[in-house]
Amino acid sequence: MTPSDTSGGVFNKASTPMTNIKPVISCKNVWKLFGSSPEKYLAKLPNAHSYDDIRADGYIAGVKDVSVDVHKGEMLVIMGLSGSGKSTLLRCMSRLHDITGGVIEVDGQDIMALPEHELIDLRRNKMGMVFQSFGLLPHRTVLENVAFPLEMRGQGKHDRRERALEVVKLVGLEGREDYFPRELSGGQQQRVGIARSLAIEPDIWFLDEPFSALDPLIRREMQDEFLRLQDLLGKTIIFVTHDFDEALRLADRIAIMKDGAVEQCDTPDKIVLNPATEYVRKFTQEIDTARVVHARTLVKPMPPKAPTGKALRGSATIHELARTIVNDTRKQFPVEDDDGKLIGILDRQEALDILLGSE
Amino acid sequence: MTLASTETAADVSTGFTKKQALYGVFGLAVLLVLAKLIGILPEFLNRIPEAYIPDYAATFDAGFNAWRDSITTVTRFFSERLEFHLKVTAHLLYGARVHFFNPIDWLTLMTVSSGAVLFLDNRKAALATMITIALSGIFFTFVVGVGGQFGGMSQHALMWVFLVTAAVLGGMMAWKDNTFSPLIVLGVVFVYALILNGYKLGPLPWTSIAATAAVIGYYLGGWRLGLLGGGTFVWTALIGQWKLAMETMSVLVVAAPAAFIIGILLGIAAWKFPKFDKVLRPILSILQTLPFFTYLLPAVIFFKVGPTAGAMATIVYAIPPMILMTTLGLKKVSPEIVEAGKMAGCSRWQMLSRVYLPAARTELLVGVNQVIMLCLAMVVLTAFIGMPGLGAKLLAMMNSFKLGRSFEIGVTIVLLAVMLDRLSKAWVVKQPEHFERGASLWKRHFYLFAAIIAFVGFLLISQVVEVADSIGRKQHFSKGKEIDGIIKGFLDIDIVQAVTGWIRWFLITQVLIPFRDAMLWVPTSAFILFVTSFSLWLGGRKPAVFAFIFFCFVASTGWWDRSVITLYTVISAVILALLIGLPIAIYAARSETWSKRILLFCDTAQTFPSFIYLLPAIMLFGINDVAVIFSILIFTLVPLVRYTVEGLRGVPPEMTEAADMAGASRRQKLLNVQLPLALPTMAVGFNQAIMFAFFMVIIAAFIGTQDLGQELQRTLAGTDLGKNFVLGMCVSLMALTFDLTILSWAEQRKKALGLSS
Ligand SMILES: Nc1ncnc2c1ncn2[C@@H]1O[C@H](COP(=O)(O)OP(=O)(O)O)[C@@H](O)[C@H]1O
Ligand SMILES: [Mg+2]
Repeated sequence: MTPSDTSGGVFNKASTPMTNIKPVISCKNVWKLFGSSPEKYLAKLPNAHSYDDIRADGYIAGVKDVSVDVHKGEMLVIMGLSGSGKSTLLRCMSRLHDITGGVIEVDGQDIMALPEHELIDLRRNKMGMVFQSFGLLPHRTVLENVAFPLEMRGQGKHDRRERALEVVKLVGLEGREDYFPRELSGGQQQRVGIARSLAIEPDIWFLDEPFSALDPLIRREMQDEFLRLQDLLGKTIIFVTHDFDEALRLADRIAIMKDGAVEQCDTPDKIVLNPATEYVRKFTQEIDTARVVHARTLVKPMPPKAPTGKALRGSATIHELARTIVNDTRKQFPVEDDDGKLIGILDRQEALDILLGSE
Repeated sequence: MTLASTETAADVSTGFTKKQALYGVFGLAVLLVLAKLIGILPEFLNRIPEAYIPDYAATFDAGFNAWRDSITTVTRFFSERLEFHLKVTAHLLYGARVHFFNPIDWLTLMTVSSGAVLFLDNRKAALATMITIALSGIFFTFVVGVGGQFGGMSQHALMWVFLVTAAVLGGMMAWKDNTFSPLIVLGVVFVYALILNGYKLGPLPWTSIAATAAVIGYYLGGWRLGLLGGGTFVWTALIGQWKLAMETMSVLVVAAPAAFIIGILLGIAAWKFPKFDKVLRPILSILQTLPFFTYLLPAVIFFKVGPTAGAMATIVYAIPPMILMTTLGLKKVSPEIVEAGKMAGCSRWQMLSRVYLPAARTELLVGVNQVIMLCLAMVVLTAFIGMPGLGAKLLAMMNSFKLGRSFEIGVTIVLLAVMLDRLSKAWVVKQPEHFERGASLWKRHFYLFAAIIAFVGFLLISQVVEVADSIGRKQHFSKGKEIDGIIKGFLDIDIVQAVTGWIRWFLITQVLIPFRDAMLWVPTSAFILFVTSFSLWLGGRKPAVFAFIFFCFVASTGWWDRSVITLYTVISAVILALLIGLPIAIYAARSETWSKRILLFCDTAQTFPSFIYLLPAIMLFGINDVAVIFSILIFTLVPLVRYTVEGLRGVPPEMTEAADMAGASRRQKLLNVQLPLALPTMAVGFNQAIMFAFFMVIIAAFIGTQDLGQELQRTLAGTDLGKNFVLGMCVSLMALTFDLTILSWAEQRKKALGLSS
């Protein structure tokens, strides 16, 4: 299965094309098999073998021939049901797992070729990770947990205290610095996890279902908080979730996984409009398309006889534009980007179809 | 049922079903018995003829003697290192003299100290600590010489130079980098230097120790534990057993940390290297079932007599659980914490010292608790090889039937045990709590300051008030004679005498002797087959194979009759314990409050050193078989009752509610729902009871039995290492047979009931 769009393309928020810039993380035909001697098995593996065939041979394909690129400043969300291999893929990217086949490059460096001390350096300076059940050290206070990565790279006591205080404040835990994880609520513990992963100012930020263990209300709050942080920091993010709504809400691009393989990797708009497989379609069925699709996704090139009148914002969803689309009887609307530059036209009928769901 | 299907699948491959094998083995055994009955059994199937018995002991001794010198050189080396620390604690606790200096001891001190600093703080601090101690050691060696004695002017001068350096260095690091461990560690090393120099620091006044214990108790568990901590020492002092207790404690405070360190290192190695783990495991299970006499003789032979041998035996005895708890704890660390550590960029050492070990804190502390308790139990038992202290005194008092004094010493030992257990357990569950922001240094370290003030305060007071320092010969409150009178008076009451007399008569003539004779009558071959079929029936194929091999070995040692008597004692005691314990447990399990009370009682009783259980037995029944059985009985009652209550209380409420809804009577519910579900847990208790029984039966040799224990005790007087070892193996293998069988059954049962996690 080759993802339909692996090399950049259109992004939701930052719509600059990035095809000429090297990706931060690049996975090429990555395999991760669990079993007794996976390398040998993979070498002899016939092309047509499916997930179940592999399973019948006593191996589990955690990641199956995945190729994805992640670009600077982009948020890639990996989505899939439990057991589909999301965490495994994430852990391959951070080399918590050694991959069985393929190549993963981080900043152009093949991470499987890194010796131990360089890998440690890479993690100490470039990577941060947040875990589903927080992974906090129970015997350390909030501050000591946050300062932990700094301590590991040998920063002095005063330095790391200062930096840790800064990040603790950033995630809104001021005043709880001396608490122990056990004394905090789930949401607060995850804030500690987030603060810890940000302490070293990583370039790449991995999050493995960071909000799944939280109550729905708190989850929503944490998502907002997370979006605020992302706006502030602009990091390259790989975010894992099993919740499609969460993926739609956060993602620049979504990679949908099933049985270790990526079914489709694209912007939320395109996934909702053109599901690549039956499996993906099932996820999108329940979704209100109008709330996901943005006007700019639907634009067509300017015809010679351009429509006149008030332009629509391209960064708004069809749902947000519903009033205009229903009331304004123009056949076509001009669409402009956030800077007020015209980028094309929107067909009213098409927009109404999406709005009313009559596809 | 999945279990059944896998079993038959495995069995089909070898051509027998389990049932066929069982009938075969059991039938053969019955045939052999019948053959003996009608007198056609060939003699070699009844007992292995003397001529065919290989002399394991001689072989062992011959092999050992070839290596003896090289082994003892090594072991003596270790025991001398140990002796150094023992002397220091002995000096501090009861004022023994220390008067030799060996640079190697300084080297070990340096290694342990800087290791501790490295673990607690960082490399820089560890290096500084190491250099300070090393330099002082070099100067000491230079002036004093190997094996020399301190005391001259130049040594004193050196020592003070060391003090100043240590204080400046430690103080600087504490002040500048907030690293306190060098200061503390160097302080301890300085105490060593002082003592070596002939300064009389010990014995520490009893009030200081009691007050410090009270503060520690209060810190760990509120005023109750504070009272227990302080009260134990106050009692010990007032009853006039201070010196005895300190003799025991001086070994404990060296043995427990040593066992802890060695255990944790081996545990880490076993966790890191699965191959090592594989080799280690069977050795550990044998070590844990070896009777303690088998620890004692090698200790005497390899490590000199007296406290050093006692400490060595104690250390070896306490190591296995620490190893097991360490590997268990490290394996249980949540994968996310491990990954968080890796993503934080931990090096290997950081991974181990900053992530794994702290995250395994609970298991490690449980290990500490077990180490302390086993050390105490063993230190008391080392009385048998002449270790002075509470155990030796108790042994002497019981030997001369001074029940009052024995009772008082028993109370002291029990108090010590309960205190150590409760404090270390409170430490396990103690969770860190945050301080308010901006809390002062005083507030943050309140208990540390309180302990120091209590200690130093009473140290000063005792300089002036003599009773605060030590309680003199005529000042204590021992009521040994009076209690003796009361106990003996009570035992002389006609009814009491009649009851104990009757029990004695009934048990001995009607139950025990017939049972014993019957077991002895059974032909060896049939006996082995009976045991094998029992293992096969209960545990399955693997335990049965082991049972067969183990008992064949026992038969081939030539100690068959004594082994059978050992087994008979164990079995009869455990059966009696079952008859008494089960009803109590079932009754108690009905109500929440009674369950709690019984469990608390069992928890407490389980901490008593086994030796203590001899006391009531001897008091009630005098010195004979019944006393032996009785002491084993009360000792094994504890795990039996405890696990039964836990098993019954642990039955999920849905199940009992379902039974209630089905209209089951209390009896039906018990028989059909609760007991079957509780059985696996009860089996664990039953197994522990048997292990305890094997342990106790050997100790009871002291009362006078005719089993292996008696022979074992005899070996202690000489140097019969081979015989000692063979006897020990007999006990260990018999115990292991039960252990394997019962645990295998419990495991299968749990799986079948879907109870295993
Ligand atoms: N260490 C491992 N050993 C064996 N199988 C594993 C291991 N880790 C994950 N798996 C298997 O790989 C598959 C993918 O797991 P995972 O990546 O955790 O799924 P997800 O995060 O999408 O829920 C699962 O079937 C899981 O059982
Ligand atoms: Mg996962």
